[in-house]
Amino acid sequence: MADVNPKQPSFSSSTLTEEEYQKVEELLERKPNATELSIFSVMWSEHCSYKSSKVHLKRFPTEGERVIEGPGENAGVVDIGDGWVAVFKIESHNHPSFIEPYQGAATGVGGILRDIFTMGARPIALLNSLRFGPLDRVKNRYLLERVVAGIAGYGNCMGVPTVGGEIYFNEIYSNNPLVNVFCLGIAKREEIVKAAAGGVGNPVIYVGSKTGRDGIHGATMASAELGQSVEKRHTVQVGDPFTEKLLLEACLELMRSGAVVGIQDMGAAGLTSSSSEMAHRGGVGIEIDVSKVPLREEGMTPEEIMISESQERMLLVARNGKEAEVEAIFRKWDLDVAVIGKVTEDRYLTIKNGDQTVAHIPVSALTSTAPVYERPLSTPRFQEMIQSLNLDSIPEPKSYPETLLELLGSPSLASKEWVYQQYDHMVRTNTVVGPGGDAAVVRIKGTDRALAVTVDGNSAYCLLNPYYGGAIAVAEAARNLVCVGAKPIALTDCLNFANPERPEVMWSFAVAIDGMSDACRQFNIPVVSGNVSFYNETNGLGIYPTPIVGMVGLIESFKTPLTAGFKNREERVVLIGETLEELGGSAYLKTLHSQERGYPPMLNFEKEKGVQKAVLTAAQEGILSSAHDCSDGGLAVALAECCILSPSSTGAAVDLEPGEIRPDAFLFGESQSRIIVSVKEAHFPRLRKILEEGAVPFAVLGKTGGGSLEITWGNKPNQSIRLSIGEIKRAHSQGFGKYFDKVS
Amino acid sequence: MRFGIIVFPGSNCDHDCRYITRDILGEPTTLIWHKETSLADVDVVIIPGGFSYGDYLRAGAIARFSPIMKAVVDFASNGGLTLGICNGFQILVEAGLLPGALLRNRSLKFLCKPVHVRVENNQSPFTSLYTPGEPLSLPIAHAEGNYYVDDATLARLKERNQIVFRYCDEKGEVPAAANPNGSVWNIAGVSNEAGNVLGMMPHPERAADSILGGEDGLKLFQSLQAAKVGAYGRR
Repeated sequence: MADVNPKQPSFSSSTLTEEEYQKVEELLERKPNATELSIFSVMWSEHCSYKSSKVHLKRFPTEGERVIEGPGENAGVVDIGDGWVAVFKIESHNHPSFIEPYQGAATGVGGILRDIFTMGARPIALLNSLRFGPLDRVKNRYLLERVVAGIAGYGNCMGVPTVGGEIYFNEIYSNNPLVNVFCLGIAKREEIVKAAAGGVGNPVIYVGSKTGRDGIHGATMASAELGQSVEKRHTVQVGDPFTEKLLLEACLELMRSGAVVGIQDMGAAGLTSSSSEMAHRGGVGIEIDVSKVPLREEGMTPEEIMISESQERMLLVARNGKEAEVEAIFRKWDLDVAVIGKVTEDRYLTIKNGDQTVAHIPVSALTSTAPVYERPLSTPRFQEMIQSLNLDSIPEPKSYPETLLELLGSPSLASKEWVYQQYDHMVRTNTVVGPGGDAAVVRIKGTDRALAVTVDGNSAYCLLNPYYGGAIAVAEAARNLVCVGAKPIALTDCLNFANPERPEVMWSFAVAIDGMSDACRQFNIPVVSGNVSFYNETNGLGIYPTPIVGMVGLIESFKTPLTAGFKNREERVVLIGETLEELGGSAYLKTLHSQERGYPPMLNFEKEKGVQKAVLTAAQEGILSSAHDCSDGGLAVALAECCILSPSSTGAAVDLEPGEIRPDAFLFGESQSRIIVSVKEAHFPRLRKILEEGAVPFAVLGKTGGGSLEITWGNKPNQSIRLSIGEIKRAHSQGFGKYFDKVS
Repeated sequence: MRFGIIVFPGSNCDHDCRYITRDILGEPTTLIWHKETSLADVDVVIIPGGFSYGDYLRAGAIARFSPIMKAVVDFASNGGLTLGICNGFQILVEAGLLPGALLRNRSLKFLCKPVHVRVENNQSPFTSLYTPGEPLSLPIAHAEGNYYVDDATLARLKERNQIVFRYCDEKGEVPAAANPNGSVWNIAGVSNEAGNVLGMMPHPERAADSILGGEDGLKLFQSLQAAKVGAYGRR
């Protein structure tokens, strides 16, 4: 990143294109000075402006009866009843986590937490979705170990439990790991505070840490491909979770006081974005005097102060006359607080340095009239080729038991206990279902309610067919919530893609959004917040399209948790849903045959709705002993997981009828809309009635019991799997953990 | 029984402890800000878990200098019932109210999981409702819980019955393999000589509500509820 000389504005020092620079001159009706040019550069960066994605994001359904705040605020807000609201969002911190994994991941957690408590909500759960290159390479192990340490270091210190997540591995992420962090908060409905400035003459107040030079141009760094990463280390912010914890408590205390008009986190583009966005939302102007900003370094220029991305800072507009009250609260928590400006009528962002005006820009030029692109789209030339798969070229496994063990022990499917043991997943004593299952569940004290949360995404499916990949991400997240007895109510998305200036990338982006939007409409799940991360590309090699869905479900009357593991002997094991011959994009094909091709599994919205409705009804009636989504690795892996997750190490014996379907496709194919449940004999008639009434296909596979998993089909000698729970658990627990030193 | 929970900047488990003493046990409970200088009229002081001052220097090393700590030391020295959980244990050690030191875990990593601990001593106001040798399932969540004392101190702790909890397996045996963090002699909790101050790394407040899947920690709070104020000697 070139340094911008404050005295000599030059076009070459900014990241704007020539056309964009022309537009700056038009909007200002003059040439910008260096500070103004820098402000335009960060605000018009992809990261802050969403200039390539905006036209597509409009297609998401964002309304619903529970939606209180949709996209556009710091986080989405939905009604969960009893006067409570859930506030949540997911965000990426991909680029910084590759450059400096510990701080990159840590500040990703810090940023998403601020997005939640800036709305007046107390954060109650964190989740994360991570992608790395294969673990047999030392660099990838280093990245993973440091990212996990960064997430743990920040989240644990904040006292917010990290209750779940997912990690997948693929060569394509070696130079572009993904770090997406989700946060859920709760508040009483009347406590919600928005990020809009208002009331001409009201004071603009800076609170939190002092401003330094860290993270300068972080937003523009995240809006370009990665090259020589070491040189960009200064663009990564440095996190201080202790200060953030104080900021959290101070902000919540302040918001209860009623002194606040609006408040926003200083995230990407720091003081610049928080001031201009708050002014934009309130239809006002803001004047800031940078000489009043608390600094931790000497000699910072107004430009540096305006675009610094130092962490743990908030900008707020207070009611006139309440300055002393605000100050007292922040002093109590030993935090910096300074009145740095005021709300103005003129709809300009005015930056002063003492008496001298250093920037004067219409707020709209930084927000509503910023450039928007409808970038060209084109289907990749390779698309048809990778979708073709000749199953005849795929030999059946010689040994099915070994194939199952290999899948269970593959890093993507293996137990991530090594990771989540480093996260405090219990603090706040609300975690009724923790990491390792279909979805996590947190209860809400003082009510009968609980919220279920999950993050999901399958980039292999998205590579092969972005439409189904996007739709399945939504469907699977909803299915995971249903498996813990929760009704899906809303989602947030993190769209990780490569360079949007390439038409093939933009095509996959647009099509994935189509798939996600259709699924959201079908399942009646609105999108309430989200984040786009483009330019996940290094030296011309981009990541697979990787949209990640974070979804929240509601359990209105929580009694006992419903989890994936078998509970008791002699219960019926029932597969709900239909199995087709679908091996395209499967973990089996990739792990055993090193192929990522074919058509991903189909998603039939009607079938999916039928399965989810039936399982949710059965769960709510309390007749299920366990429920588990059948996804990566297919039926055999899902059955093994039901044994692994069994608190009593209960096994099962099942007999399958593949019919015309290849046995490996039946066992390891990833047909959608399938859930495995176990049910007491006494409850089975009721379950059957629910399924029959919904015209949902199902098959009774066998019974739980014994200390092993026995799967039989057909009558050829190799057509069976018999593995002790011990063998299964060993493969599952070592597949990932073996790459690292023991935690305990 | 009036409970007082000290809140340092960075305390995280203050609300969790209050939920048990106030909402589950129904006892009056106050949160006491660290800048206060008096404990008022509480009968039991709890120093909760968390990351006081971010644990940036060494866990508990800065918190011991907070204004409230003088009152806590006076209270504990006069026989007041004082419980330190996790970061609270670290603070009590730094304040000199308990022997030993808490080093970084053997793995050098934060570790959060349920473990078993054995009740070594039920002659304590914190454990009177447990039976000796009883294995409890309690969660741990710490990066610096590796308890260290030298051999002479260990011998003295044993002799004076100050070791209250030891990491064990589910049957109550104490093999090295059940030690999650490298603590000397699998020690998970110790008291002062008078018995009125207890420090422990596991979190009993996380296992005191049946909805969370375990209640083995509840009896610790119930023991305190039933304890006689002033029954424990001055030093």
